[in-house]
Amino acid sequence: MRPFAAVGAGLLTLILGLAAGGYDPVLALAALWRGALGSPDAILSALLPRAIPLILIGLGIGLAFQAGALNIGAEGQFYAGAIAATWIGLSLGSWPRLLAVPVVLAAALAAGLLWASVPILLRLRFGVLEVISTLLLNFVAEALVSWMVQGPLQEAKHIYPQSDPLPVAARLPQLPGTRLHLGLALALGLAGVLWVFGKRTLLGFQLRATGANPLAARVMGGVNTRRLFGLALGASGALAGLAGGSEVSGTSFALFQSLSPGYGFTAIAVALLARLNPLATIGTGLLFAALEAGSSAMQREAQVPAVVVSVVEAVIIVVVLLADSTNRNRDLAEAGV
Amino acid sequence: MDLDLLTSFFASAVRVATPLLLAALGETVAERGGVINLGIEGSMLAGALGAALGASGNGLWTGTLVAMLAGLVVAAVFAAITVRAGADQIITGTAISLGVVGLTGTVYRRVYGPEGVGLTLPTFPVQAIPGLSKVPVLGPALFQQSVLTYLAYLAVPLIWWLLFRTAWGLRLRASGESASNSRAAGVHVGRVRTVGVLIGGALAGLSGASLVLAQVGTFAEKMTAGRGFIAIAIVVLGAWNPVRVMGAALFFGAAMALQFLFQSFALGIPYQLFLMLPYLLTLAVLAGAWGRTAAPADLGKT
Repeated sequence: MRPFAAVGAGLLTLILGLAAGGYDPVLALAALWRGALGSPDAILSALLPRAIPLILIGLGIGLAFQAGALNIGAEGQFYAGAIAATWIGLSLGSWPRLLAVPVVLAAALAAGLLWASVPILLRLRFGVLEVISTLLLNFVAEALVSWMVQGPLQEAKHIYPQSDPLPVAARLPQLPGTRLHLGLALALGLAGVLWVFGKRTLLGFQLRATGANPLAARVMGGVNTRRLFGLALGASGALAGLAGGSEVSGTSFALFQSLSPGYGFTAIAVALLARLNPLATIGTGLLFAALEAGSSAMQREAQVPAVVVSVVEAVIIVVVLLADSTNRNRDLAEAGV
Repeated sequence: MDLDLLTSFFASAVRVATPLLLAALGETVAERGGVINLGIEGSMLAGALGAALGASGNGLWTGTLVAMLAGLVVAAVFAAITVRAGADQIITGTAISLGVVGLTGTVYRRVYGPEGVGLTLPTFPVQAIPGLSKVPVLGPALFQQSVLTYLAYLAVPLIWWLLFRTAWGLRLRASGESASNSRAAGVHVGRVRTVGVLIGGALAGLSGASLVLAQVGTFAEKMTAGRGFIAIAIVVLGAWNPVRVMGAALFFGAAMALQFLFQSFALGIPYQLFLMLPYLLTLAVLAGAWGRTAAPADLGKT
């Protein structure tokens, strides 16, 4: 019930805010609906393509948060993956697609992992909070992309700040006539794999135990929480990097500066609303993709700035957190603490 | 090196450091009370828009006041969710900063048109202090700045006095070290922390005002670009002490001002590398500083 209350609160805020801002809420919400779910084309070319990065990143953030690693840097890890995918992809034009696409995605995954390894090292070796290091690395990644698209990876004519388009061999196959690509299967498959991992493996069990009570897991369960922290944050970076690769290889076919409309931050809401559960992440990923897709239509048709969805996301995150802390306080009270 | 170049480098370092210093001083107060507020990025951005809205037509000081109020309101939301309701401080702060990006972007476009055209605002004039500003090299940096910079430096001893010489400051610091002990000693921990967060929010709002009304002269979406987060790193580097925080803020001001200096050399180094520099430097410095300085023991706990 709680996730629905959070989403309801988010939408209510949107409606009240729109009305207060002098927009027509009915017109805006109709545009939102049309843009997200109003037609097969909206679903296949707007909603589902946006759900792919959100699910992938959300799965990773779910893992990281369970291990107590507050990864706020998925945006940067996404860009690291996107840069690597572009770089490798541009040079694989003569390869068979069956080989080139996996290489591109593997490069993206590795780059995301590499980007996340800096905060892991900083935390485990120097005690620097990963919250701050992952956050700061977002800005470094954005500057890096800016340099890449105006420097080493700029298109051949050196006019626009973007890369050349990827050769067809390096592109994820799309459903003909739509923008939906094979990355969706990847995202859904990984959600299934991670769900089984959480239920059926020792490491997955340790992860869930640590998420539920870190101290008990470490002291009573003999869990190496430092190792778990590194693994989970690394996996989270790898998944965000993979999302960047799949975005370049399946949707944009090129690198440019505003490639991500803030997927790395939206995915925090995706993971929290899913209560860090991999299967639920599919559902919440679709929901936020619908909001993102709908907000673009809202801007086009009702002149409501698309950034307004950030407010909805923030409200949803806060309501989930508040519900959590209310529950915790009640549990503590019942336990007599 | 050319002396004029050095003079202007120091002057821009101090100017660029001003918003960082204001935000970091505010965060120092909040964190001394045991609350880590990542929402100051949001307070700062709200302050920046508040400054723009208030100053268009109503004068610079109105803009400054509106900015502080905007920063305060954002901090009040944060305090209500974390201090009062006990939600996770870090995720709440991130969410609030995210929400403020959406809110300011929407309001800005609503007020100034859907395209958000470039906006030119009046700025605080540079006020040279007679005599002192004539000191070679450092004179212009320290004594030829806008009034907000002078305010920021006045705030340093003021905040120090508040934290270390008043009864309230003692209660705040005690709450930051151990909420349960302070509660047992009769301190209203929640109230003290809330006030600390609110002071931090108002200063972050003022920091947004200094960015808009003393540095850039316009508003742009997401214009704070992580300065609030850098301010949090500055607090760590400054060991939660206002005087050392000032030193750390100046250090980062210098790192950010380096790009102006190097651009004038035209070395052919991509300017984006200089954009990265302050963030990378923050990480390097934190790696060196963390652990060697004592954070308030209850920081971040709810």
